Amino acid sequence: MFSEMPERTRLATAGAQATVASNLQRQRGSEQLKGNIFFALLLLAVAFALIGLIALIVQSAIKGAPAFGLNLITEGPSTINPEDAGFRPAIIGSIYLILGVILLVVPIGVGSAIYLEEYADGTKWWNRLIELNVQNLAGVPSIIYGILGLAFIVRGPLDLGFILAAGSLTLALLVLPTVILASREAIRAVPPSIRDGSLALGATQWQTIRRQVLPASIPGMATGVILAVSRALGEAAPLLLVGAAQFVTFNPQPFSADGYSAMPVLIYNYALRPQDEFRVLAAAGVVIMLIVLLLLNSFAVWLRNRYEQQW
Amino acid sequence: MNSNGEEGKVESQMTAKKKSTEKALSRKIEVAERRLPSASEAVGEPVFGLEGVGVSYGGKVAVRDVSMTIGAKEITALIGPSGCGKSTLLRCLNRMNDLVPSAEVFGKCLYHGTDLYGPEVDPVEVRKLIGMVFQKPNPFPKSIYDNIAFGPKVLGLPDVEERVERALRSAALWDEVKDRLDDNAYGMSGGQQQRLCIARCIAVDPDVILMDEPCSALDPISSGKIEDLMLELKEDFSIVIVTHNMQQAARVSDKTAFLIVELDSTEENRWGQLVEYDETEKIFTNPADSRTEDYVTGKVG
Ligand SMILES: Nc1ncnc2c1ncn2[C@@H]1O[C@H](COP(=O)(O)OP(=O)(O)O)[C@@H](O)[C@H]1O
Ligand SMILES: [Mg+2]
Repeated sequence: MFSEMPERTRLATAGAQATVASNLQRQRGSEQLKGNIFFALLLLAVAFALIGLIALIVQSAIKGAPAFGLNLITEGPSTINPEDAGFRPAIIGSIYLILGVILLVVPIGVGSAIYLEEYADGTKWWNRLIELNVQNLAGVPSIIYGILGLAFIVRGPLDLGFILAAGSLTLALLVLPTVILASREAIRAVPPSIRDGSLALGATQWQTIRRQVLPASIPGMATGVILAVSRALGEAAPLLLVGAAQFVTFNPQPFSADGYSAMPVLIYNYALRPQDEFRVLAAAGVVIMLIVLLLLNSFAVWLRNRYEQQW
Repeated sequence: MNSNGEEGKVESQMTAKKKSTEKALSRKIEVAERRLPSASEAVGEPVFGLEGVGVSYGGKVAVRDVSMTIGAKEITALIGPSGCGKSTLLRCLNRMNDLVPSAEVFGKCLYHGTDLYGPEVDPVEVRKLIGMVFQKPNPFPKSIYDNIAFGPKVLGLPDVEERVERALRSAALWDEVKDRLDDNAYGMSGGQQQRLCIARCIAVDPDVILMDEPCSALDPISSGKIEDLMLELKEDFSIVIVTHNMQQAARVSDKTAFLIVELDSTEENRWGQLVEYDETEKIFTNPADSRTEDYVTGKVG
């Protein structure tokens, strides 16, 4: 009996060791092959996206090279001497449009996000309806917003006319859902324990939101706003509908009915013209837009990484 | 001693006290007026009187029928197996359960004679007087200084800087952090973070400090420091602590309440219930209930 025990134990231990060793061994055969194929496919997808982007930049840069120069930003469009033409009114128009978008979207977007995250009772049907709609609106094509802007902002109830501010308002509506979703995400990332800590000190709900939740979620919100702005910056379709004229030779004013233009709209116009000079200009305009958009997006990524909280 | 006049006087003092508590809980009191209800209280005088307190979450009872009196400037420990409703009961005492929409509180939760769940009572005012330290240290993502200063600032208390220093000294943290008050609190060790949370709580001059397993995330040395701290703090504050560590309850507390999980005959419904509440020494050496004895001697866990 006693002499048997160590032997049994020894056998059991050896068995267990063998099982563990075999479990730790590298998986062979079809599983590994599948893994490798999947990895290769993923790599291919990334390469495809990257190559597309690089090709676009290189091609535009080569094509637009003859037009590179200060006159791109200092001069306006001109049919008489297209060699000297540039994008000045469109750049100014785009800057105004974007400033308007930021002015509208930050308070409304952040306010809605605070309401939905901190105050709304998710069990009530109207709050769920709002949530669902915000999510759906984020996926609505931009041309629809153009039609909406034309019917409700330019004409209809608001009746602003074809002014730049109407363009801002339309673009703001277009990117608002994105800003709301990003801001909600940022607010949700603040752990409940922070709210509990603040409330347990006798802070009110508003003090807690204002002094704990919002400061902690500002980087995330800013990232969302920048991404939304870069989307608004690139939109041409809705602007065409709400009156961004394609060929404006003077500097636009936010509330003037004389007309305004924007970068993507003017690029579109230049690209459609038969003369080669204008095609070159269009390519140069694309390069400007790409640079600005890449800078904006890199800034957003940097911001997110820099201020990402380790809770 | 035996005269009716004396009794009457005590009676009227009691009502005056209750009145001032009621006032403190129901509306914003002037800063100068801010007086702690039990600041002048003798050890052991009742702070909380629970009468048949129960809590349910979405209709499911989590803890029921708890009646006990919690004394001033003492440490009262709540012990019992996990899920018996210790945290739930503790969170009743400063209305933190209000933050859980499905939670419902039954019974009477008297604080210096005023029902905390009375219609006049503002939960924000309750939390100003009854602070809380949580299981996991939860400093704000701010500097050490701002962590402490936050409470006094939002409550509009005077002398914020002095308060910060005083609170850090009371929490035995001043010497460790006085040279890096502007550093982010997340750079501190877990034990320091928890003492920071205690200091944050003290900085607003509460009357009571509730602690929900404050040492469960800490190493033994940090836990020891917090236990020492609690013993010092009970000179000025009434403390209620939830702990799963029975040695800790035995070491620091004056009174101990033991709760268990009760099952109904179908074993479908389970709820927490108070088994025994007494002097800590009695609970650990000579408990009245055999279930308490089994628990404190480690026979069941
Ligand atoms: N927010 C909540 N929502 C629903 N049920 C809860 C909630 N918090 C606690 N409970 C339930 O209440 C009971 C008691 O929990 P708790 O008070 O956390 O116990 P303890 O702190 O003693 O471990 C448990 O059954 C738990 O599932
Ligand atoms: Mg608990």
